[in-house]
This record gives sequence, structure tokens and C-alpha cells, in this order.
Amino acid sequence: MESIKDKVAIVGMGCTNFGERWDKSVGDLMVDAAYEAFDDAGIEPKDIQAAWVGTVFSGLTAITLAPLQLQYIPMTRVENMCATGSEALRAAAYAVAAGVCDIALAVGVEKLKDSGQTGVLGPRVVGTSSIGNSGIEPNYSAPASFAYLASRYFHDYGIDPGEGKKLLAQIAVKNHYNGSLTPKAHYRQEITMEQVVNAPIVSWPLGIFDCCGVSDGSAAAIVVRADMAKKFRPDPIYIKALSICVGANQGKMRQDYDFTHIEENVRASRMAYNEAGIKDPRQELSIAEVHDCFTIHEMIIYEDLGWSPRGRAKEDIEAGTFTLRGELPVNTDGGLKCFGHPLGASGLRMMYEVYKQLQGKAGPRQLKNPQLGLTHNLGGTSGAGICSCCIVGNQKS
Amino acid sequence: MVGITSVGIYVPTYRLSRDEIAKAWGTRSLGGEKAVANCDEDSVTMAVAAVLDCLSGNQERIDGLSFATTTAPYKEKQGAAIVAAAVDLVRESRTADCTNSLRAATTAMNAAIDSVSSGSARNVVVTASDCRIGAPKGDFEMELGDGAAAVIIGSSDVIASVEGTYSVFDEFTGVWRSDEDTFVRSAEQRFVNTEGYVRTVQEAVSGLMEKYKLTPKEFSKAVFYAPDAKSHANLARSLGFDPKTQVQDTLFNTIGNTGAAAPMIMLAGALEKASPGDRILLASYGDGSDVFIFNVTENIDKIQCRPSLKECLARKKYINYVKYASWRGLIEIEASRRPSPPTPAAPCLWRERESILTLYGVKCRNCGTVQYPPARVCTTCQAKDNFEKYKFSDKRGQIFTYSIDYLAVTSDPPGINAVIDFDGGGRMQCELTDCTPEDIGIGIPVEMTFRQLYQSGGIHNYFWKARPIK
Repeated sequence: MESIKDKVAIVGMGCTNFGERWDKSVGDLMVDAAYEAFDDAGIEPKDIQAAWVGTVFSGLTAITLAPLQLQYIPMTRVENMCATGSEALRAAAYAVAAGVCDIALAVGVEKLKDSGQTGVLGPRVVGTSSIGNSGIEPNYSAPASFAYLASRYFHDYGIDPGEGKKLLAQIAVKNHYNGSLTPKAHYRQEITMEQVVNAPIVSWPLGIFDCCGVSDGSAAAIVVRADMAKKFRPDPIYIKALSICVGANQGKMRQDYDFTHIEENVRASRMAYNEAGIKDPRQELSIAEVHDCFTIHEMIIYEDLGWSPRGRAKEDIEAGTFTLRGELPVNTDGGLKCFGHPLGASGLRMMYEVYKQLQGKAGPRQLKNPQLGLTHNLGGTSGAGICSCCIVGNQKS
Repeated sequence: MVGITSVGIYVPTYRLSRDEIAKAWGTRSLGGEKAVANCDEDSVTMAVAAVLDCLSGNQERIDGLSFATTTAPYKEKQGAAIVAAAVDLVRESRTADCTNSLRAATTAMNAAIDSVSSGSARNVVVTASDCRIGAPKGDFEMELGDGAAAVIIGSSDVIASVEGTYSVFDEFTGVWRSDEDTFVRSAEQRFVNTEGYVRTVQEAVSGLMEKYKLTPKEFSKAVFYAPDAKSHANLARSLGFDPKTQVQDTLFNTIGNTGAAAPMIMLAGALEKASPGDRILLASYGDGSDVFIFNVTENIDKIQCRPSLKECLARKKYINYVKYASWRGLIEIEASRRPSPPTPAAPCLWRERESILTLYGVKCRNCGTVQYPPARVCTTCQAKDNFEKYKFSDKRGQIFTYSIDYLAVTSDPPGINAVIDFDGGGRMQCELTDCTPEDIGIGIPVEMTFRQLYQSGGIHNYFWKARPIK
């Protein structure tokens, strides 16, 4: 099996402001993100040879891309729940790596606030559930399915729930600090531990500040063959790994699924490290953008991705390992928590931050000399997940 | 010998004290309390619980089921078929709904007795269940309660044989509901109780006594349907039964008047304490009266079939008036700003009927893994099409992890949902019911209970939830 490493480069990216974009349609957001990417790459829309749009709820077919007026080229809509944005990037990158096109566009977009409902909808196929069955199933929300991790983690590691909530709060506080430095983020206010711990409960033990923002937004990436990349810009970002790992409802069916780790996270990250040739991710990664849909998930990600030992994320959280000035900064742009989580766009927004950081363009958030970055998405729930990890770097190996 | 071979009871967990109702309205309390079905219960779900209580396994011997109620969820769609599917009867069972009268339970019992006596059926389950609503601030609101019971009528291992029956019909506008009415209506109380209830039941019981040449003192217990305590006492006294020693507790002050279910629940109470050789009188009322003589046999001591009314009554939690009113839909509350669940597609419901209604999963014949929902490829060993059916509805389990979910769409927030690990294998994500956050924790043992998830498109969508075991 071959690796994608250094075969494809990202030469342009765009990202809209995320938030409650009442005045912008799906098309408006895509145009904003895609045209920023075209400008960044120094190309015209007509140079795009194939395009993928990633969206979960905001469009059903590739015709969703019509507002971009790409004329009669291959286009497809892709969807993989919260990993949709990364899926669009994967598709575009593989097409370029396969040699069937030289320049491809990946756009992610979502208008969650157009639903008129509180929170995130469960995906629906007409008349039935997201997997095509009757939809007769227990009623539970997305926060609940991640709260299961918190209940079990506190129980297994002997953490008093009050102390556990404080631990999770540190993650929210960190991300809000980072978000305050990020002009395009949905939420830009700093918050305190007390605010987080005392916030109304959404799904115990998770409170409002343990849950990411429900937002509108779009992000885009332009990928080319690595050997062409320097024609577009002096500082292309090379894709080192693209991995994905999908469960089969193991958590909902098997008693050996422990709800203190997510197997999909573990396997997808190892696949990506392998493909990129990374042996010690904590040392070798300069930055990571991970799927902090809920604070508990970010904590478990530290362990699942091999950065903190099992059951000991607490030590790293308290040491500030993952803060902006720490050993391995995580979610330097505020993460899903503050930037917001328009499902189809998030994977590409994460890549946007890593891309800008690796090019030295992250302003007040800029890390010192970053070289390798990782994005991580998990779609689905704790018991049934779709995990996608992408690793990029600013040097060819 | 034909008669009752097993008895089951179901009383909902929740109680509303009459003092609470009186306080809400500034009216006089009747004292005592009534049983209130949860917002996810109805006459069908309560009947399922009562039938499972009286079946205790051995479904294959049952070849008939009648569902008696005045509060059927559908006007056109058989409730008995839903109950039969949920309790897993064989397909060749004769199912029937018996509705629209307070004496539906005894009508159904007569039919079952005749059926078994004639040989057209061997073992027929008769279940009675009601969930009637009285208009706010009125007497019925104080009086009516929710509950269900079930008996099996058969001819082997009979615990109470039918010695005799007698019936009268009575065209009488006393208590009624049209097909559009939510609340039970009544003509003037004294008229209804004297000319309707007392006169009719007197006539029926006297007729029975004369037919079989029996007198009150030859009965150990007399079980009479009761619209209220006073009329009940009048009736018993006028017939010559001793209220202290002979008349069965109506449960009026503990669970309320449970409508069509009342005669059967009271009969269950009588059988709980009965001894071999006891003779029990049962009289229902509603558009007439059906009366029965039961002779208790020695089997009542031998077989594990005694209902435990005592246990049902002991399991209780109190709610307040507002909760009762919102559960029964008397107060329309602000809808949660979440999408309403769509109407499930009928083909999907049909294809999944065993896993939805009877909670069937599968057990892999290759590696033994038990899994839900039914699958074609094993989650553990990936063996294909090598399973046997495995029922989860009768299994117990424990909470592996859980959440108190304020965002879930539920009539009674917060939703409590959990991952349940079952004894003997298998895992399922479930909603929990009949509990509050304080009752929940990792390791808490649970059992499964049949409930209504939601209504959409005029369809009542039933499924199973987990409930902490008391």
C-alpha cells in the first residue's frame, strides 16, 4: 500500500467568519471561502479541474456548488458527519495524487442556524433515521452521547464529579483564551473556571461551556500535485497523511467497549502517524486541531492520540501542556468550542489554522517555528464513530 | 374444570394525592391518592406489563388474548395485536379487543371461559387496562386512577374455577364518553349510583344467587366494582355481605377507580390472600353487570401464580398536580425547539417489528455473542447469517454509563438515557423511565418495560425503556 506523503500540497485556503450568519446563505458562505482560497493560491475559478463539497445538512448533491459557477467539471458532495470537511479534503487530495486532475477544490459548508432549532439535528433520511431504519430508538442528544464518556471516565479513574467538572473546565477556559485571539471565531470572549463549572447543565455532567458552538460557516482548500506546488506559492503545505477509521456501532452493542476511550480515535491517529512516519507524536507535532465538540472529548483525545498516558490527561491539563505556549498547543484558534462547529466546514477550518500557522501567518496566535500539524475530526457518537486525521507539514521530507 | 390459572397486576409507579388536587383547585379533598400512568404509558403499555406479570414465560401455551379497556389508543387498529406482539405470543393466537364499557373485562372473561369450555381455545389471556381522565376540578379527577391486570383462563392447573356466571344488560345513560370526548361524563351522581349501579348489580347478584341457590354467607369474598366508597358500601350492605370480613377492598383510596381494570385488579387482590376452598363472588358494572362465582382450588398454594398486589402498591413515587396535568395533556406546554420526530415509515416498522415490539436481538451461533439489534454479520466474529433469535425484553441488566439529558426531546425533561449491559450478554442504549436523576448511577440494576416513545401521524410508536429495579 502506498502512502500519500508528500504527493499532494495545499496551495490556497479560505475560511469565512463562523457564527450566526443569518444574512448569508449556503452559497454566500461558499463563495466567500472559495474566493479567498483562489486569491491565496493565485488562481482563477476556471483553473479548478474537480471539486468536492462537504456538507451534512446544507445540501444534498454536488449542485450545492452551483453558486461557485464552476463550469461543467467533475463535482461530488461528500458526507461523513462531523468528519465531512476532512472527507472533502481527502477526496480532492486522492484525485490529485491519482493523477486524474492537477488542481482540485475542497469546500466545506454548513448552515446549522438555518434549522430554526436548538442544538444540532440528528441526520435524517426522509421518513426514517440516518441509517435508513424506522427511527424507533431511544431519544438522546449529541451532548448525552459524549456525557457517557465523562460519567464512565470519572467512575473508572476515581475522579469526584465536582473535580472532574473543574478539570474539563480548564479545557474550555484554554480554548476561550485562544478564541479571543481569533478574529474569525464565533465566540471570542474569555471565560473563567467558575463560569464553566456553574453554567446550566446541558447533559450531565456537561454544562453549556462544555459544549461547542452551533454555527454557520464555510472553509475551502485548493490542492495540487506536490511537484507543481512551488509554481503557486513559495510556502506550500504538504500533506503527510490522510487517515480515516469508521466503527460499526461497537460501543452500542459490545460490552467490552469501555467508554473511557474511543477506538476510532486511536486507530485513525496511528494510521496517520504511520503514514507520515511519525514515531513520537507528542514531540514531533508542532500543533494539533482536534474535535472538541465537548470538553470531555478533548480530554480523551489527549490520551487516544497517544499524547498523555491512559488515565493521566489530568496531569498534562494541569501542567498546561496543550495551551498556546505549552509543549503541544491544541486548538490554537479556539477549537470547535469557540470557532464554532458548522459540521461540513470544521475539518477544513481546522486545516486552515494549521496551514496559516505553518506559514507563519497566525498573528497573535503564532507558534514558534511550527513544522508538522495534525487535524482530527470525530463524526458520530462515542459508541459509533467516524474518525479522520490529517497530518501536514511545511517541509518536504 | 375451567377457570383462572394465573393472575398478573400492573399499577403505575406514580401517585397523586387527593390533597394535592384539592390544593390546586381550592376544593375539598376526598382523602387518599390515585395511581397515575407516566406520560409514556397508556392502556396498551400497562396491559403488556400486566400480561407479562401473569405469563412468567411459557408464552407458547397461549392461543388467545383479549384486551379490555375504555381507553384504547386507536379507534381502528387492534390493541390486542400490539399487546400480543409485545408479549411474544405465537402468531396463531386469537386476539380481540373488548371495548367501550366499564364491564369490558368481565365480558372478555366470559368469552374466554366459553372458548376454553368449548375447546376452541386452550389458554386465553384476558387483560384489562384503563387510563381514564376526569375533567379538571371535578369529582372524576379525584376518583379515577390508572392500572391494569391480566388473568389466564384455562383448564389445567386451575387456581380458581368458574362455578357459575350470570349477566344482565342495562341500557342506561349514567357514565359515558363519546368518541370525541377527552373527559368522562356523568349524569347526576345520586341517580347514576342508585338507579344505575346499585340497582343493576343488585339485580345481577340476586339473579346469580337464585340460579345457583347460594346465599351471601357461603362466600369468603365479594368483589364489587365501585364508582365510589359510599355506593359500594350501600350495595354490599343491601346484598347482605359483611363489609368487615367479606367485601374486598376497592383500593379506591390507594389507586383510585381504575375503570375497566378495576374488577380484575380487585379480584387479584382477593386471590392474593385466598385459601383453597374459598368461594369468591365477582361483579362488574357498566351497561349491565356480569357476575361470577369462583372456587379457589388447592393449586393456589402449589403454583407460583399469586399476584402481588402488595408489591405493586408499595412501589410508588409522588407527583404534583402540574406534572399530572402536563402528563395527561391537560396543559399544553411549550414545545421543545427541536424537530418533531418524523412518522416512521411503515415498511421499516414492519421489517423491524420483532426488534421493536418484542425487543428481539440475536445470538451468534459461531462465537456466542449476544447482540442488539438483530444483524446478519456478527459484531465480534463477523460470521454471516449464523444466528438464533434472542429476546432482551425479559432480561435484566445494569447501567454501564449514563447522562441526564436536558436537550433530548421528551415530554418530561430531563431525559435520562444510558448504556445498559445485560446479564447473559448484550448491550443496548436505552431511555430510562419511572425514575429521577437521584435514582441513577453506574451499576444500578434495571429491567425493561414497554412504553410509548412518541406519537406522530396518528401512530403510537411503542418501544422498550429501562427502569431501575426496586
